[in-house]
Amino acid sequence: MATSSERSPPPFPEDLEPEPDEVGDQDSDDGEDIFLGTDNPLEIKMDPSLSASDITSSTKPLSEASSPPVMDLLSEPASEASSAPMVDLLMEPASEGSSAPMVDLLMEPASEASSAPMMNLLMEPASEASSAPMMNLLMEPASDDLKEPPKPDIDPLADIINDTPLSEGKTPVAAMPQEPPSDLFDDEPSELFAEPRQSNTAKQQQTSIFDEPDEDLFSEPLGEASKKPQNDFFKEALAPVAKASNVCGPLSDNYNEQPTDIFTEEAITTLPSAVSTVSVNSKTNGVHSDEEEPDIFAEATVELSLDSPRNDRKKKEAAKPSASASAPAPSVSASASKPQPKTLEEVQYITLEEEVEDKFELNISITNPEKVGDGMNAYMAYKVSTQTTLPMFRSKTFTVRRRFSDFLGLYEKLSDKHTLNGYIVPPPPEKSIMGMTKVKVGKEDNSSAEFVERRRAALERYLQRVVFHPSLLQDPDVREFLERDDMPRAHNTQALSGAGFLKMINRATDSLSKMTIKMNESDVWFEEKLQEVEAEDQQLRKLHIMVDSLVGHRKELSVNTGGFAKSVAMLGSSEDNTALSRALSQLAEVEDKMEQLHQEQAASDSFCFAELLADYIRLLGSVRASFDQRMKTWQRWQDAQNMLQKKRETEAKLLWANKPDKLQQAKDDITEWEAKVTQYERDFDRVSATVRKEVLRFEKEKARDFKKQIIKYLESLLQSQQQLIKYWEAFLPEAKAIA
Amino acid sequence: MRQEEQNGGCFQKIANIARLAAQHDDLQRCCTFIIMTSTLDDSEKEKARSVSVDLNNDASLLIDIPDALCERDKVKFTVHTKTTLSSFQKPDFSVPRQHEDFIWLHDALVETEDYAGLIIPPAPPKPDFESPREKMHKLGEGEATMTKEEYTKMKQELEAEYLAVFKKTVQVHEVFLQRLSSHPILSKDRNFQIFLEYDQDLSVRRKNAKETFGSFFKNMVKSADEVIISGIKEVDDFFEQEKTFLLDYSSKIKDSTARAEKMTRSHKNVADDYIHISATLNSLSVDDNTALKKHLEKFADLFEKLRKVEGRVASDEELKLTELFRYYMLDIQAAKDLLYRRARALADYENSNKALDKARLKSKDITQAEEHQQQCLQKFDKLSESGKRELTSFKGRRVVAFRKNLIEMSELEIKHAKNNMALLQGCIELLKSN
Repeated sequence: MATSSERSPPPFPEDLEPEPDEVGDQDSDDGEDIFLGTDNPLEIKMDPSLSASDITSSTKPLSEASSPPVMDLLSEPASEASSAPMVDLLMEPASEGSSAPMVDLLMEPASEASSAPMMNLLMEPASEASSAPMMNLLMEPASDDLKEPPKPDIDPLADIINDTPLSEGKTPVAAMPQEPPSDLFDDEPSELFAEPRQSNTAKQQQTSIFDEPDEDLFSEPLGEASKKPQNDFFKEALAPVAKASNVCGPLSDNYNEQPTDIFTEEAITTLPSAVSTVSVNSKTNGVHSDEEEPDIFAEATVELSLDSPRNDRKKKEAAKPSASASAPAPSVSASASKPQPKTLEEVQYITLEEEVEDKFELNISITNPEKVGDGMNAYMAYKVSTQTTLPMFRSKTFTVRRRFSDFLGLYEKLSDKHTLNGYIVPPPPEKSIMGMTKVKVGKEDNSSAEFVERRRAALERYLQRVVFHPSLLQDPDVREFLERDDMPRAHNTQALSGAGFLKMINRATDSLSKMTIKMNESDVWFEEKLQEVEAEDQQLRKLHIMVDSLVGHRKELSVNTGGFAKSVAMLGSSEDNTALSRALSQLAEVEDKMEQLHQEQAASDSFCFAELLADYIRLLGSVRASFDQRMKTWQRWQDAQNMLQKKRETEAKLLWANKPDKLQQAKDDITEWEAKVTQYERDFDRVSATVRKEVLRFEKEKARDFKKQIIKYLESLLQSQQQLIKYWEAFLPEAKAIA
Repeated sequence: MRQEEQNGGCFQKIANIARLAAQHDDLQRCCTFIIMTSTLDDSEKEKARSVSVDLNNDASLLIDIPDALCERDKVKFTVHTKTTLSSFQKPDFSVPRQHEDFIWLHDALVETEDYAGLIIPPAPPKPDFESPREKMHKLGEGEATMTKEEYTKMKQELEAEYLAVFKKTVQVHEVFLQRLSSHPILSKDRNFQIFLEYDQDLSVRRKNAKETFGSFFKNMVKSADEVIISGIKEVDDFFEQEKTFLLDYSSKIKDSTARAEKMTRSHKNVADDYIHISATLNSLSVDDNTALKKHLEKFADLFEKLRKVEGRVASDEELKLTELFRYYMLDIQAAKDLLYRRARALADYENSNKALDKARLKSKDITQAEEHQQQCLQKFDKLSESGKRELTSFKGRRVVAFRKNLIEMSELEIKHAKNNMALLQGCIELLKSN
């Protein structure tokens, strides 16, 4: 499988619009790598198959039975070039995306031919990440087969067949051109999905052929998959996808961004619903069973994603002399289980994937804020509970107690280590002397309870952001923070300590030097992003002020409503008309509840909305810090270059002055500085890459976070409106009862 | 200063438009903000009716104010009368009147001895355009800190508020006249008829400083007198009860009115905050290029819609609750005045009794004293009788008005909350599906 390992690495073949002959080349390169070999033709052969589909008239009846959605899709204009749909697939980040273009893609090759039922079949798995490969793979042989009969000498096909032991296997396949496809479509649906569909034009003799892959499908991969830990599986599942995308590699430069999009987004759509993290299979089951299809289907999706190529291939091979039937299988598993030779990007995707998953593998909650000590030395201690399945931790659940300054200490440590490399280190909530003093003084009033709760939630979010970050999670300090029972007291976190003062000075000099650095930006991306970040920062601050004023006004409203409620209650008590008096006191009760409602709403304004904004204002600070860091590394590189220039000049001078004794020293200096320049340049490149990656990651997180929080906030608003309706509806009959 | 003038001009323009709208009775044809408030107009009309709900809609004398014009501080009302009464020269006529004319009419009624036994409908409060004007001024100052869109929205909001105040003013004046016209005795008042019919400017003098002081002094005397006569033992249980009730009730309702006003004001503030949030979200979404852009846009859009609903909630609460309380606060004051006049008459009667005793003792001017005593007794009896009638009808009127307004308010609250819910649900679904 040396070929496969060669194939997947970086050189994204620039074959977005590859011609069939090119595919042929690839296929022969691939040898038996089915993933690549079969995948590739997929998007490339669409055109040929399009024409082919017309020819395979014997499968036409199937199309008549196709269900309405399919028709819809059929009617969808799919006039793009053959490569376009695939690009769509790659680029479409949305959950609905992955399936739709795919179906598009499928529609094209065989718009009214036998692929229609197949599409039906594909419709259900729609929007599942894992189904994508399956569709790929299922589809692909179909088009192969379709195409085969009319043009038996098409390159890819020939290649495929060449790869297989029997090169003349072409003939059997060609001999039953309609059968394999129809079988594929009719039998699979009926068997796997237990969904008898349209008129079975398929020949039943094919079932025997099909039986074999079918068995495989359930037994082998299942065992394989369940044996492996989740991550592995994920990688495995991902590998084909990644590879596939590699192979069909859109030319675009931003390729490395877009796939990331797909994968993360897809992961987002699939993963959250799978809360149980027992095993991959159950997980995917969970996801799928939400849909109309029963279990069988769910399993099939998972398995197919891995093995359907083999399955399909096998079928073909079964049609051929079956001696070679077992051959491709190892190749599949080999290529699937050998995802190591991944490109840098791929590794990134996978880390991203993992990180998405981490959310479920590592749950952190902060509870039980507790005041420790008395007077001005009092502090709040929080219970930090971790639940994890990650092997890097000693146990599955553990709890530690941490105080606020520990959190600050963690941030200091992380930021010292990682900011240098351009990472965006999530900042902890700010110190609040006012709030804390109130708590210390021990006033058990509302505002201090609110303060504690607000801080608890902020700390929780902070910690979650930290562990959510794939690189930071690996940091030993994070692990120590989560696990270690006796945390050494964090120093230098006091706002008014000497170290704090030093830090302040450092910060001042930093910002001063920042002003003096005039970087001529080589990369427009960074320039634009920085501007974006700054504009966003400003807007967020403004919004935060607005939301704060909303909170204030709502609290005021709550207080005033409360006052009104009391006043109306008094009025009711003086009213001499009994019914009116009753109604007024009811009104007072309604207003009382209204006060409560406004109060709660103000709290959720503040917790869901204002806090989110505050978080992101702080986070944007970190983002800017990482930009600054990049600038600093750039400056260092420039300085080194200048120094090198100077050294060279000195050398020239010495040469001219003919002072050989110092010449050696100068030469040494030059080599030293040359090394430094290269080193610094590399540093700069590295930091730039990290910053870019981090910013993209940050943006993605932000979008998700915002969306989540906005929905949460709106739901709180919705709930209070529901309550409001309830209260007034209860009051209405009282008002009507006034006589 | 200039800004203020501009605003003044702007308000005047709105008022003019409002006037036109009212004249043509075709609100739809006018600018957007008129349309925005046209529904408000309807609800206000409802409210007007609800306040004066017990008016026997006697077709013999129908009064309305179809039109008003705002000039600086003055508001000119066109009072339109339709009547079948022979005491009027024409069956249908309109006269221009100012707020001061209303006050004059009210004072004239209060001072008429014959009406001492009646609850004189409270005079309409002076038009108060200060608060929106002040807000407008503030807005002009803060213009630099806002986006254009935000400013426009705020301005529209204020214009709407101004218009609402304007319309409310018209309504309270109308209600005052309608209550007079529906009263069996007051509707026959000469001054009232002059007020309605005289087609020239009444040119009522504004009170000068001396008169203002005089009325202030009179008020002082009255309160002092109230204290003095409060010592007199009440002869009628009904009035005793009414007195304690009204005293208690008036202080309570005063408090409630103030608090309801505060509440609605802070509700308005919340609605205003929504404008700012929506505008900022919008500008945030403009800068954003990620997947978040659409969400932010939707979120901003939602806030824009929510603020409209929230604004309506606030203004409806004000109309249905605050205005109700305010009106009855004034009405109760009028009822208290009636009680005072009666108590005064009672005190006079007792004094005349004493005087008669004295005269009898001295056997001097007995007939005169007897006569005076008889007069006082008559007056007191008359006052008591009509007072009882008036207070009873007042009670009924109050209960009916409260009922109507409370029902309407809860219905509106439910309606708005349902609107809000639909908006929120729609947005949540949109966000989730994305």
